[in-house]
Amino acid sequence: MLTCREATQLLSEKQDRILNFKELSALQFHVMMCSPCRRFGKQMKSLSLLSKQYKKFDEGQK
Amino acid sequence: MPEMTTSNANASQQLYNDDFLLELRQQMMKFAVLQLSSFHQAEDVVQEALVSALQHSGSFSGRSAFKTWVFAILKNKIVDLIRQKQRLVSMSELFDTEENERSVDELFDASGHWQKSERPKAWLNPEEMMEQQDFWMIFDACLNHLPAKCAQVFMLREMIELSSDEICEKLDLSISNLNVLMYRSRARLRECLENKWLLQEDCSC
Repeated sequence: MLTCREATQLLSEKQDRILNFKELSALQFHVMMCSPCRRFGKQMKSLSLLSKQYKKFDEGQK
Repeated sequence: MPEMTTSNANASQQLYNDDFLLELRQQMMKFAVLQLSSFHQAEDVVQEALVSALQHSGSFSGRSAFKTWVFAILKNKIVDLIRQKQRLVSMSELFDTEENERSVDELFDASGHWQKSERPKAWLNPEEMMEQQDFWMIFDACLNHLPAKCAQVFMLREMIELSSDEICEKLDLSISNLNVLMYRSRARLRECLENKWLLQEDCSC
């Protein structure tokens, strides 16, 4: 069973690489049981989206 | 000497327009300072990018906006400079990290589970967040508040959109070091946005 710290590390890495089967299974099980980590995972996706929009916003000001 | 088309002739003329050049330079400086955390280095790299744009304006094809083309030159210059700087900093400086380590550690208890007070709160969906002008000011402040190395890798990954492999190669990092830096960056940025925007704390960061 992953700790929340390990799960959040994997949720961050999931933005940059494809997790292997073992990592993904452990993460899915943890996230199913843990609502704070579920939120953290959604927020990682939001951060990535916001960062790309921030770039457009910043360039839009130009 | 490449043949000048109408688009690249117009482009190079824009660089001789004082108003256009002044505005463009200010925008480039803002971008470069954010990336490099150094006004003087930003000045140097912007100057180099403008000289390069002037020298190579004949190769501007007109397929993108002229500013976008100049900014692409600037981004390449910034990445080159970051790569040079990286060779000069020690690993201990790269992970200026007792503070980084502590700030992430404080989110979790001794068994590695969320501290009750640190559990993520519900966010609006990103589309609603970005509609509010104030949000971007706070996003900007939170980004500037990241430790320099965290901000650097975060922006290379999420804004310049380099792959992890490209960042590792350019900064001479291992993939595990990059993953740790990205994790800290995201965790801190997430926490800052939540505290300063969603919970409306004073934003003196």
